[in-house]
Amino acid sequence: MKTGVAGTLLEVQDLTLTFGGVKALRGVSFSVQPGSVTSVIGPNGAGKTSVFNTISGFYRPSAGSIHFQGESISNVTPPKRAALGLARTFQNIALFRGMTVLDNIKLGRHCHLRTGPLAALFYTPAARREEDALRQEIEERIIDFLEIDHIRKAPVASLSYGLQKRVELARALAMRPKLLLLDEPVAGMNREETEDMARFILEVRREWGITVLMVEHDMGMVMDLSDHVVVLNFGQVIAQGLPTEVQANPEVVKAYLGSGNIEALRARFKQAVRPTVNTRAVA
Amino acid sequence: MNIDWWLLFEISLAGLGTGGLYALTGLAFVMIYKATRVVNIAIGEMLMIGAYIFFAFSAGMGLPIWLAIPGALLVCGAFGALVERTMIRPMLGESPISSFMVTVGLSSILVGVVELVWTADQQRLPEFLPTKPIEIGQAFVSPKIFYGFWIAVLLITTVLLVFRFWRGGVALRATASDQAAAYSMGINVPRVFSLAWVVAAMIAGVAGIVVGSIGGISSAMGIFGLSVLVVVIFGGLDSVLGALVGGLFVGLVEALTGFYIGGEYKILATFTLLVLILVVRPYGLFGTHEIERL
Repeated sequence: MKTGVAGTLLEVQDLTLTFGGVKALRGVSFSVQPGSVTSVIGPNGAGKTSVFNTISGFYRPSAGSIHFQGESISNVTPPKRAALGLARTFQNIALFRGMTVLDNIKLGRHCHLRTGPLAALFYTPAARREEDALRQEIEERIIDFLEIDHIRKAPVASLSYGLQKRVELARALAMRPKLLLLDEPVAGMNREETEDMARFILEVRREWGITVLMVEHDMGMVMDLSDHVVVLNFGQVIAQGLPTEVQANPEVVKAYLGSGNIEALRARFKQAVRPTVNTRAVA
Repeated sequence: MNIDWWLLFEISLAGLGTGGLYALTGLAFVMIYKATRVVNIAIGEMLMIGAYIFFAFSAGMGLPIWLAIPGALLVCGAFGALVERTMIRPMLGESPISSFMVTVGLSSILVGVVELVWTADQQRLPEFLPTKPIEIGQAFVSPKIFYGFWIAVLLITTVLLVFRFWRGGVALRATASDQAAAYSMGINVPRVFSLAWVVAAMIAGVAGIVVGSIGGISSAMGIFGLSVLVVVIFGGLDSVLGALVGGLFVGLVEALTGFYIGGEYKILATFTLLVLILVVRPYGLFGTHEIERL
């Protein structure tokens, strides 16, 4: 049964999530158009990560539905959602520590591999072909693209925060996703790392045709990259639309500043972008 | 003091033989701990169940050995899956102590079942290993211990190779490292849990059959698990290498103590070793230091 709105990649309808007596999400609805960059923003505790965890299947919503490519995925386990084309990164980096960068990225392809235990043990031609194809694609496309060739053999625990985030993105790309969920992709990054990440996100969309849904606090980046912005507050959608529409919305201004001063918020949105130019000029 | 080197060599070989079986059972323990973070106190009793199922198939139903062993291992695997599904998975998200206590209960249940079905009397498993004594130089090794050791080595090698090169092994390591990330990566974490218990139960089954054929089987066989517990704490709960080294070392220490000091001091030596390692390296020889986020 296809109840999702035609043409949307992801359709979230009336999503409600409760933990005991706490309502983390209250009737959240929004949709993600294919090929777009959609952002979910909101003050701390607004329910952004809860939305993500429900979409990737870690939380089971108490009401509402999620449709991916027109099919309901409400009863689909996280591993099957991954096989369908949903990939995600985590707010706190969740790499496999103790493994190398390359192993971490290869694990992203896990859900698409076929080789059984015996074939792997004797390294049959089929197993070899699968391994070669995997290595080639990962090395040629993902590692080159994300400019992490120099650290491919390094254990992830030894890398800087920004690089770890990049490896996490690489691992998600190895899953060949249709929809990429990024949970605060630039949190804690310096200006330069943020710019690199913004560039990667745009290229992921343009060259790989992957749709992006992200949660992010960096307003400058959200407003620059997004086609569509969803604003959450206290578990409810208080506004959504184009970045310019959302910025002008009095509800949003109130949620962020506690007052109705639009100019103050505009200044904040702009302020996030401005220093870019300055640091670059100095460097 | 005059040391009889051949005698020492002989005792050491016997110790390493038992140590191989400790290492094998330790591997089963580590596999469960790595995948599911459950400290499985019932590992000795799972080994015992393996031996009794083999006993039922061979002596009870009169099946030939080549059928009774695979049959017993299949049942062991199914038993592992059953335990995981009905006792361990419902404890997901509970405190580690709770699932630990569940395995304590499991060990009592298994002892009870064995005593109900087969009585508490000691039984003999049918002979299936060659009985010709093995001679290395002037040292003699009991054939059962000799072949038992090589069975353990063969099985350990196979399991390690399969888990090294098969993606199921990668899934196991990924799950051990970060469950949430593994889950979102398309790794079926519940299936990994199941797999770990099935494989561990089968490994324990093999160990049980060999241990039983060396010393006979009884409802007190689970005692073997106590030494295995020392082995894995010595080597580090989550370290496969630790289980192997620890197994051989504990086997050696027990054999030497048993011969030079007296059989009744064997367990004393084992647990003295445990106390020492807990004082010096609480996470074991090769275990991961748990680093708490501050």
